[in-house]
Amino acid sequence: MTPASDLPRWADVVLLPILNLVAALAVCGLIIFFLGENPFTALWVMIKGAFFYSGSLGYTLYYTTNFIFTGLAVAIAFHAMMFNIGGEGQAYIGGLGAGLIALWLAPALPMVLVIPMAILAAALFGAAWGLIPGILQAYRGSHIVITTIMFNFIAGSIMVWLLVGPLIEQGQQSPQTPKFEANALMPKMHEIGGGVFSFLGSSPLNLSFVLALLCLVGFWFLIWRTKLGYEIRTVGQNPEAARYAGINVPKIIVIAMALSGALAGLLAINELLGVQHRVVLNFTSGYGFTGIAVALMGRNHPVGIFLASFLFGAIYQGGAELDFEFQTITRDMALLMQGMIILFSGALAYMFNPWVSKLLKRWMNRGEVTRV
Amino acid sequence: MRKLMKLALASTVALATSAAAWAADFKPAVIYDMGGKFDKSFNEGVYNGIKRFTDETGVEVMEFEVTNEAQREQAMQRMVQRGATIVLGVGFAQADAIDKVAGENPDKKFAIIDVSWLDKPNLRQYAFKEHEGSYLVGMAAALASKTGKVGFVGGMDIPLIRAFACGYVQGAKAVNADVEIMQNMTGTTPSAWNDPGKGAELTQSQIDRGADVVYQAAGGTGIGVIRAAADAGKLSIGVDSNQNHLAPGSVLTSMLKRVDVAAYQTMKDAMSGEFETGVRTLGLAEGGVGWALDENNKDLITDDMKAKIDAASAEIVSGNVSVHDYRSDNTCPAG
Repeated sequence: MTPASDLPRWADVVLLPILNLVAALAVCGLIIFFLGENPFTALWVMIKGAFFYSGSLGYTLYYTTNFIFTGLAVAIAFHAMMFNIGGEGQAYIGGLGAGLIALWLAPALPMVLVIPMAILAAALFGAAWGLIPGILQAYRGSHIVITTIMFNFIAGSIMVWLLVGPLIEQGQQSPQTPKFEANALMPKMHEIGGGVFSFLGSSPLNLSFVLALLCLVGFWFLIWRTKLGYEIRTVGQNPEAARYAGINVPKIIVIAMALSGALAGLLAINELLGVQHRVVLNFTSGYGFTGIAVALMGRNHPVGIFLASFLFGAIYQGGAELDFEFQTITRDMALLMQGMIILFSGALAYMFNPWVSKLLKRWMNRGEVTRV
Repeated sequence: MRKLMKLALASTVALATSAAAWAADFKPAVIYDMGGKFDKSFNEGVYNGIKRFTDETGVEVMEFEVTNEAQREQAMQRMVQRGATIVLGVGFAQADAIDKVAGENPDKKFAIIDVSWLDKPNLRQYAFKEHEGSYLVGMAAALASKTGKVGFVGGMDIPLIRAFACGYVQGAKAVNADVEIMQNMTGTTPSAWNDPGKGAELTQSQIDRGADVVYQAAGGTGIGVIRAAADAGKLSIGVDSNQNHLAPGSVLTSMLKRVDVAAYQTMKDAMSGEFETGVRTLGLAEGGVGWALDENNKDLITDDMKAKIDAASAEIVSGNVSVHDYRSDNTCPAG
C-alpha cells in the first residue's frame, strides 16, 4: 500500500509525519500572513483555544472521540482493502438504533441496562448499514465506494423522513425527537469521578471517550492478535492468496464491513447520548468523511489513529477559536488547515523522503567517521 | 451660521460620547448558522440587519459561524464568556442551545430567529408567518401562469419549508382552483441549501412538465432555480431577500422575510435598554413578510395582478382570510 521507504523506521513513523505537519502549517501560516494577521499569534490563539482555556481540552477530546470511532471504522475496512466511504451513513443509522433504545427503554429500565443496550443497538444498526454494501461487494461485485456513498444518501433520506414525520417532537419545528430520559444519558467527564476530571472544565466530553479508548485497544487485539484479524489482513494484502490458503474471502469482506459499520455507529453514542441528548438531524456533521483522513494519517494503526484524531480534534476546537478572535479569519480556516494536512500527509506523504534519507545518511556516515 | 455649526459639532460630540458610554457595557454578538453569513438568503438577511446596525451606531458586533452541531452551544457560551450582553441566534437549529445558555445566564439577553416555542424570561423569539407571504406569491404565480401549471422547489425537506409550500399552494388555488402545482424538495441533508445545480435540474424538469412559474425556498440552491427559469424564458419567484435583481425580467417577484428587521430591532432595542422578551410573530400585518415590487419586475406585474394581491393581503391583515400554517398540525389541507 505504501511505497517502499529506505528510511529507518523511527524516521518513517515519527520524523516524516512531523515534517509533513510543519509544512502544512507553514502553508496555512503564509495564507494567514496574506490575510493581514500574524501567523504566530494565530497559532498561539489556536493552541490556547484547543488546550488552555477552561473546557477547551474537554472539547478537543470530545472531537477526538468522534474521530477515533470513524477513523477506526475506516481503518478496519482498509485492512481488508475495502474503501468504506459510508461512515457518515453508518453513524447516522447507528444513531437511530441508539435513539430508539433511549426513547423506548429509558423510562422503564435502569441506566446500567439502557446505556449498554443503546451502545449495542448503535453498533448493530451501524453494522447492518455496512453489511449490505459488504454483501453487495462480496457476492455481487458492486463496487464498495459507489454503494457506500449511495447508502449515505439513503440513510439521510430515512432519517429526515423519520425526524420530520413519526419521531418528531410535537409542538416545535425542529426536526428532532423528544429529549432522552436522564438514565439514557452518557455521564459527562467533568461530573463524575468525584471531581478528578474537573480540570477538563465544563465540556461535552463524556464517558464515550473511554469507550473509544477501549475500541482502540480492541482494534489492535483483533487485527494483530486474532485469527479473524489475520484473515482480514490477508484478504487485504492479496485476496487470491487468501482464497488459496482456504480463507472464505467474501465472508471476511462482509465481516470487515459489518465491523466497520459498527465502529462508525458508535459515533452516535458520543454525539447523541453524550451531547445532543436526542436524535437530531445531521448530527454526523462530516465526521464520517474526516475519519478517512484520520485513518490515512494514522496509517491504520490504533496509536496513529489516536494521534491523528487528537490532532484533528485540536484543529476543530482551536480553529473555531480563530473565528472568534480574528474578524479576517473565518471558520473556513480550520477546513483549509485540515485540507493542507491531508494533502501533505496523505497525497504528498513521501515528498520529503529523498531529502530526509539523504540528510540522514550523511549524518549517520559522519557519526561513523568520528567514531573511527 | 457659525453658531449653527458649533451646535452641530457639539451635538455630534455628545452623540459620540453617549455611544461610547453605551459601548462600554453593551457588547452584542450574533451566531450565524451552518449556511454561513454570505448565503445570499437567510443568514445574509441577518447579516444585512447587523451591518445596518453597525453602520448607524458604530458598535461592532461579535460574529461566529457554526460548522457543526456541538458548536452552537459552545459558541453561545464563548460569547457570554467574552462579555457579550446580547446574543442573537439565527435559525431554529439553535433553539436547544440558546434555551440552555439563556437559562444559565439570567443576567444576559438573548434573541433567536425562527423559534416560538421556548420559555425563558431573558429571551426574545422571532417567528415569521412565511405561509402568508407565500400565499401572496402563490397568487402571483397562478395569475402570471399561462399554462395553469406552477412549480415549487424547496431546500431541505423540513416543516418550515413545507409551510412555505403549503402557503404557496393555498394562494395559487385561491386564484385558480384547477391550477396544477408541482413540488420538489432538493434533498434531505443540509447540502440541499447549497446545491444550485440540483435546483436548476429540478426547475428544468418542472418546466418540461409544463410549469411556467417556479417558486423556490431553498437558500443558495434557489440561485440555480432563478438561473434555470431565466434560461428557459420562464418565470421564477425569489425568497427571503429581494432577489428580483438576480435575473431582471424573469423573477416575477420575491417573498420577503424581513429577518434583517428582526436582527436590527434586536440590537437596537438591546442597546437602548428597551428589550422586551417573549415571542414576536411577524406576519403581513406586522410587515414581517411581504412581496417585492420594484423596477426589475414592474413589467411582469400587471395592474390587475397587483390589485388582486393587494386585496388578498388586506383580507389577511384584517383576518377575513386565514392562511393555514402547515406547522400548526403538520398537514396541508390544500394538498
